[in-house]
Amino acid sequence: MRNLTSPLPQRLIAASSITKTYQTPDHSGRLVIDHIDFALAEGEIVAILGKSGSGKSTFLRILAGLTPPSSGVVEYRGRTVNSPAQGIAMVFQTFALFPWLTVLGNVELGLEAQGVARAERRQRAIAAIDLIGLDGFESAYPKELSGGMRQRVGFARALVVNPDVLLLDEPFSALDVLTAETLRGDIIDLWSAHRIPTRGIIIVSHNIEEAVELADRIIVFGSDPATIRADIPVPIARPRDWSSAAFRRIVDEVYTLLTTVPGHEGGKRGPRGETIEIGYRLPDASIQQLAGLLEALVAPPYNGRADVPQLADSEHVSTEDMVVLLETLQLLGFATVGGGDIEATPAGRTFAAADLLHRKQIFAEHIRRSVPLVAHIRKVLDERPGHAAPEARFLAELEDHLSEEEAQRVLETVINWGRYAELFAYDYDSGVLSLENP
Amino acid sequence: MPQRWGVPFVAWPQRLRPSYWDGVALPLVIGAIVLIGWASRQMNVPYRPGEALPISLDPALLPEYGLRTVLRMVLALVVSLVFSLAYAAAAAKSRRLEKLLVPILDVLQSVPILGFLSITVTGFVALFPGSLLGYECAAIFAIFTSQAWNMTFSLYQSFSSVPYDLREAARMYHLSAWQSFWQLEVPFAMPQLVWNMMMSVSGGWFFVVASEAISVAGNTVLLPGIGSYISVAIDQRDLHAVLYAILAMLVLILGYDQLLFRPLLAWSQRFKLGEINEEEVEAPWFLVMLQRAHIFRLVSFAADGIASAVSRLTRSGRAGARERRAMPPWCRAVLNRVWVGALGAAALGALYYIYLFVRVEVGWSEVGYVVFLGALTLVRVFTLIVLAALIWVPIGVWIGLRPPLAHKVQPWIQFLAAFPANLFFPIAVSAIVALRLNPEIWLSPLMILGTQWYILFNVIAGMLAVPNDYQLVAGNLGVRRWLWWRRLVLPAIFPAFVTGAITASGGSWNASIVSEIVKWGDTTLTAHGIGAYIAVETEKGDFPRLALGITVLCLYVLVFNRLVWRRLYNLAEERLRLD
Repeated sequence: MRNLTSPLPQRLIAASSITKTYQTPDHSGRLVIDHIDFALAEGEIVAILGKSGSGKSTFLRILAGLTPPSSGVVEYRGRTVNSPAQGIAMVFQTFALFPWLTVLGNVELGLEAQGVARAERRQRAIAAIDLIGLDGFESAYPKELSGGMRQRVGFARALVVNPDVLLLDEPFSALDVLTAETLRGDIIDLWSAHRIPTRGIIIVSHNIEEAVELADRIIVFGSDPATIRADIPVPIARPRDWSSAAFRRIVDEVYTLLTTVPGHEGGKRGPRGETIEIGYRLPDASIQQLAGLLEALVAPPYNGRADVPQLADSEHVSTEDMVVLLETLQLLGFATVGGGDIEATPAGRTFAAADLLHRKQIFAEHIRRSVPLVAHIRKVLDERPGHAAPEARFLAELEDHLSEEEAQRVLETVINWGRYAELFAYDYDSGVLSLENP
Repeated sequence: MPQRWGVPFVAWPQRLRPSYWDGVALPLVIGAIVLIGWASRQMNVPYRPGEALPISLDPALLPEYGLRTVLRMVLALVVSLVFSLAYAAAAAKSRRLEKLLVPILDVLQSVPILGFLSITVTGFVALFPGSLLGYECAAIFAIFTSQAWNMTFSLYQSFSSVPYDLREAARMYHLSAWQSFWQLEVPFAMPQLVWNMMMSVSGGWFFVVASEAISVAGNTVLLPGIGSYISVAIDQRDLHAVLYAILAMLVLILGYDQLLFRPLLAWSQRFKLGEINEEEVEAPWFLVMLQRAHIFRLVSFAADGIASAVSRLTRSGRAGARERRAMPPWCRAVLNRVWVGALGAAALGALYYIYLFVRVEVGWSEVGYVVFLGALTLVRVFTLIVLAALIWVPIGVWIGLRPPLAHKVQPWIQFLAAFPANLFFPIAVSAIVALRLNPEIWLSPLMILGTQWYILFNVIAGMLAVPNDYQLVAGNLGVRRWLWWRRLVLPAIFPAFVTGAITASGGSWNASIVSEIVKWGDTTLTAHGIGAYIAVETEKGDFPRLALGITVLCLYVLVFNRLVWRRLYNLAEERLRLD
């Protein structure tokens, strides 16, 4: 696999000027990844963080050779990657185990495809199963196993082919917190003790603490289109203590990056409602959660100002949800985020203190002002003679900027907000938006 | 610990120790091989058209006839399987082929199955002159047409819905196209395929009975089998023989069900993606035997070896296969346009040819008449579905509310659906003759005799799927009687009912060909309709009129499906799904 006669190259994976454009219905093309340069050095773990839908999974698939880039080149040990290369293995968020194969069968799959003889195949698979702590489960089917055990099978399947590079696509995000922690610990132990031949790992994640715990370097993606916004080294010795000051500082830094737009990291500029456009990828925040978080922020002990990770922890909000909530709060002008802290604005305080009906009014006022799509829908409905319009019309407009799925998601979010604010009504059966009060 | 199926992971020595099940399995295997060999030799006996094949009504001959019938079914099933794998794979893999293959399948599905028989028999006979093999092939082909489309659709749908992450995993771990087909796509499609196969075979029994007595241009060829036996019994007005035939069929279907489908169905459970539903997991005795008897393990071990040898061979060819995708986008766009244009031109040409054919051979007034006959049959089908719904929906709901009873009843309803209803026709006809009833009305129920069970079956299944919470809520709120039906039961079972009614209606159109014109000795009862028209023209061997009848019937089915069933189905999918 590795060429032993020449000196080992420093870089395992080198991607230069990667772009990815998706075809839109009107053939204009939508840029999702914009000229990203990236390299993975030997002995390094790199985490890629970004908001959901920021193109980080697509980027990982380009590195894996699963998706071709629109332009740019990926090289693995100096050879161009056009299709999945020998030496690179991947672990999937959804495990992607074949349900009709036993644990052993799943682990053997890659070896079988390589044409490894039966006896050797079995011996290597059993070794990998033992390594990952699955002994005793060889003949179990995946559906008999818990999520954590299933992902162990996913790791065994990847490790059995002795991968040089391991690509992890949110491998722990489908697991509960405790299970994820255990598995993460086991993997990092294997890596630190050099018990696996893997020379480099790239992990895509949306969990900030997880990334800080695992990675030597964190890459933060900006979205629409994806670019590298920051490249943060994590110079903390392992094992890492989540509560250490150095750890918290990096977590705060990443939080700030993920919840502000470029140039606003200082947090002095406040809400950025006026800068967004109709095609903005609205965060699908639940209004109940939003209100709950604001209430907690305004109440003691925070009294309107809190450290973000601390608030997330005390309110039991996952980092993924937190990023969404913070973005929404800023978008609506209910709070500002900067330096890892969040502060409620006067509007936010009024909202938290208001009763149910009053809240709806404040919310309506703010989304009309800050979310151009809401204003646009309301304007169209006001101008139309029947005060009604099909959702397909707005969907088509959104699809000029977003993928079909994203457009659907954004419209659903807006309909949800609009209904709560009683700005417009929506009929599911006919798919019509209107000003009628049902 | 539930019993787990499939080849267990065991070491060699244990594999070789015989088990008690071997005592049962060995004679079964040898017996089956001998029987198949004998029966297939009988297929290729010399035959000249016009010669009468002696079919005796002696019940002692029924086992032999039954075996011949079963052999036809097995062959047709194998051919259907091969066909559907190839066709579905082609349609799912290539966008261009998909555009052509899927609509063709849609049309093929609505062609009456006995129409295929009438049209193709001459060709098959010409293929094997002087032998009975041509007729055998035509009969097998008819059974094939009753099974293949269904199975192909199921496979195509499964192939196109293989989860994306599993596909990616297969690519990431370097499975070749051949390996992914057998390791990923086929296993993923398996549960649906097995279920569909079972349904298709149920339909197949009806057509094996109808297709064994083949008439070509006034000549009737009787292929030895249960279908021919019953047709001779009808000729001779022998009710006893009819009963014997029914009995023999009962045994055959029971055997098919126990030896083939119960085990297959249970085995296919392990290919399901979701969690296992404990209730479905009952190991049928035959499957247990297959898994416990060691000779079968040896067989599966050998099969495993062959499979891995083949996949090793295909690995070497893989490197080249990946290079293909370098076609520039403009080139692909041009190619697509050319392809669509070619298809359109071919369709226009065919349309013009049909126009000429109709104008020269039959004339427009005939076309009008046939369309009128089609309308008559349409009225029958529609009325019968409504009547069947009125009868079976309340009964199905009643059964569905009692899960233990429902689980006992379901296999029997499946069995009823599989039972070829045409075996009962003589009994019904003798009754109509004896009571001097109007055949225009009283022949109609025969159309739905065999297919009404799908409605019942689906309604029960739909009712079983309604969460118990809904019942409790309804009870708690005092929702009763008509309101209970309107707000809870009817919406809840609607999707299942539509599925059942679609199957029932399709089956009824098909059955119209044999049920609108029925014989009992020298008495012939006719109900006006397009089915009777096709049957009469088949007998006369008037090819243009036959083609006309089949085309019109086809159009009726297509239009009816589009206008009624497709809409109801979409409504059910969109609004009333329980999840």
